[in-house]
Amino acid sequence: MRCLQVSNQDLEERIPSYEELEKLENEEAGDRPKWDNKAQYMLTIVGFCVGLGNVWRFPYLCQSHGGGAFMIPFLILLVLEGVPLLHLEFAIGQRLRKGSVGVWSAIHPYLTGIGIGSMCVSFLVSLYYNTIMAWVMWYFFNSFQETLPWSQCPVNANMTGLVSECERSSPVDYYWYRETLNTTPDIDNTGGLQWWMVLCHVSAWALLFICISRGIETTGKAVYITSTLPYAVLTIFLIRGLTLKGSLNGVKFLFTPDMNELMNPTTWLDAGAQVFYSFSLAFGGLLSFSSYNSVHNNCEQDAVIISIVNGATAVYAATVIYTIIGFRATEKFDDCISGNILTLLNTFDLPEGNVTENNYDQVLHSLNGTYPEVIQGLNLKTCDLNSFLSEGVEGTGLAFIVFTEAITKMPVSPVWSVLFFIMLFCLGLSSMFGNIEGVLVPLQDLGVFPKSWPKEAIAGTTCVLCCLVGLIFVQGSGNYWLSLFDSYGGSIPLLIIAFCEMVGVVYLYGIDRFNDDIEFMIGHKPNLFWQITWRFVSPAIMFVIFVFYFITKVQETPMYKAWNPESENFPTLEEKEYPSWIFAIIFILAGIPGLSVPLTAIYKCLRNRCCKKDNEFKQDDLNTIIYLIHLVILFKRI
Amino acid sequence: MVSKTLNAPNGYKVRISLKTALGEDAYEWNQSEMFFFQATMAFAMRRHFQMETYNVDNIILCVQTSRVSFWFVVTSPDNTTMLIPKADVEKAVRMSRHRINNAFLLSDRTLEFLGIYPTLAAPVNPDTPPWLIVFGVVIGAVCVGIIALLISSLLQKRRKEKGMTEDGQDEEDMQVKGVENGINLDGTYNRGFTDDDRFTKL
Repeated sequence: MRCLQVSNQDLEERIPSYEELEKLENEEAGDRPKWDNKAQYMLTIVGFCVGLGNVWRFPYLCQSHGGGAFMIPFLILLVLEGVPLLHLEFAIGQRLRKGSVGVWSAIHPYLTGIGIGSMCVSFLVSLYYNTIMAWVMWYFFNSFQETLPWSQCPVNANMTGLVSECERSSPVDYYWYRETLNTTPDIDNTGGLQWWMVLCHVSAWALLFICISRGIETTGKAVYITSTLPYAVLTIFLIRGLTLKGSLNGVKFLFTPDMNELMNPTTWLDAGAQVFYSFSLAFGGLLSFSSYNSVHNNCEQDAVIISIVNGATAVYAATVIYTIIGFRATEKFDDCISGNILTLLNTFDLPEGNVTENNYDQVLHSLNGTYPEVIQGLNLKTCDLNSFLSEGVEGTGLAFIVFTEAITKMPVSPVWSVLFFIMLFCLGLSSMFGNIEGVLVPLQDLGVFPKSWPKEAIAGTTCVLCCLVGLIFVQGSGNYWLSLFDSYGGSIPLLIIAFCEMVGVVYLYGIDRFNDDIEFMIGHKPNLFWQITWRFVSPAIMFVIFVFYFITKVQETPMYKAWNPESENFPTLEEKEYPSWIFAIIFILAGIPGLSVPLTAIYKCLRNRCCKKDNEFKQDDLNTIIYLIHLVILFKRI
Repeated sequence: MVSKTLNAPNGYKVRISLKTALGEDAYEWNQSEMFFFQATMAFAMRRHFQMETYNVDNIILCVQTSRVSFWFVVTSPDNTTMLIPKADVEKAVRMSRHRINNAFLLSDRTLEFLGIYPTLAAPVNPDTPPWLIVFGVVIGAVCVGIIALLISSLLQKRRKEKGMTEDGQDEEDMQVKGVENGINLDGTYNRGFTDDDRFTKL
């Protein structure tokens, strides 16, 4: 079959040549948007890469995989996987000057599927990511009160005591699961739309619309705030955190290295996955943003700088988060010990001050010797600082449960709460800019919208559509849907697409041509490090991560954690199996973006074959007409 | 020794935590303080019953420990052998709880009457939940922003149309300027760089 031949002879016709690029550069012709200055570009990219994952995923991974020792696989994979992929995306976007669909269809028409896959993934991620923004906004709105609503349990209907669900768990848990999400016990109950969440959801999308309505003209201004504010807030929290009691316990816990973890393959896998997702690769947003650069922008330098910034931010954010977590854990530990001490004092009528934290163990031991049955009957709690430090510190649990609890223990809580949620909002919003860019530009390239529509209309329609579809996530069961989308939509397809990107550029576009392009753009050929990583190392790492991820996901039965007040182990979350119809949804989420690569290639191939005869016919037609015109002119002369 | 539970059906155990409440400023609990307690309880009983004349002698204290904790019973002023029932004592204490606490610079938590639970504070429910106010402000700002955006783009379009019709002759002379985004087009559209033909349409 003709179409199996990977001939790229027409490549030159599809991409601008060096002369055209120079002309574009010098005469500033063309209608493609441009960055106002380099700072805008760097801030946008930093904002896209630095997101919620740096704050609530990396610290957890660091602490659970041997603390300081985790830095080793993280840094190694950052250098071998993150930086090369980043440089590749920057360079190809800058060279071909198009969005993701445009770039891949220019490299080869059969590769258009990569662009479409990127668009699908960006779309799916945008849907649920903005719901997290809605949650952040809800907490932000509720922070403007003297006593934060999640600091105490509400009183029940007949004012005899606290609400049972809250009393059995904790005020922060209750506020998150009941008053914010109003979550249902399982994913089958939809629970209906929660009106307060719908309001926050709509306001999140409206705010996003304002920022992206004119493309980089508006986002370029917004990023001055959204990309810099998180760093300011992190610094403020660091200073505040270090002055709190127990903060250093947290930092020590985070960074204490456990070298044995390096033997565990999961550590390396998680490090690789974290580097990959942290850089927001394969979304198509990075490609788009680079294409607005001038042709001779030094993309190599940018890639290195961005990688360093991203890695450093992750470590910095982890330190800040763990100072606050250390404080909370120490407070809880102190409360636990004080509670036990009080019980001992009350039972044995000892004067106050007889039993302190220092002699607690001693006293307990001696009392246990003399009155063992009484001590047993007291049910004293075991207070372990380490267990408090390792409590539920990942994902939404970190931000909305653990951290909010820590904030209630700090003086002047509303201020810290407002600052924290503004920071989360800015982190998320700047990532949303990249996600939406990865949706809007391919839609424009594919010609889905009529060309007469202004940018605002396209952005507006997309936002309204996403807002409506995103209403799934503001139902009672919305939280379960969100984790479903997060686990399956934002993981495996990205790995497939990134792998295809590398292979497509290195082997289909041609690594030699790519090297020449980079030499044209930045003045020197990429050195040996880039050659080795692009050709062998990075694709190999991607492949390994993909295979392991796929195998683990396929082998385990998909389970989810549900908040069920009627379960036995309440308040521990109940592990439930997904119902069978979820598998169709999982297939749509993970399969369609991933399969779009081969499916589009096959579609194009088939269309090429059946239209080939038509093309030849048209060429003959044209030749005949030209011949006839020549005859007419000849006759006229005669 | 382990604290004893007295068989005192009409008595209450009181537990005082001075160091927890006052820290460095904690006063010493001595006989004078005990007398003060008796006087306060007599006051509480008088306040509640309003007719009886309770006195310090009617409050009997026993089993004092170094914790500081003790038991007390209340006798009737008319007949010192008769004890006031537990329920009445409880009502008296509840009524004057605030005054009793303040007399000793303590709180519900640090001056405990075991068996009499403090009433929970009624939750303050503001008319408009505060979050709605903040939400209103934010949404208002967002709406203003959207309207400003739409108006500015309409004005830009109108300005562009006016510009195109007025200096139609000057187009060739005007330099091809750089463009911020697809809307602002000053100058001739250079068809040499149009992307329409290059695309391999799906």
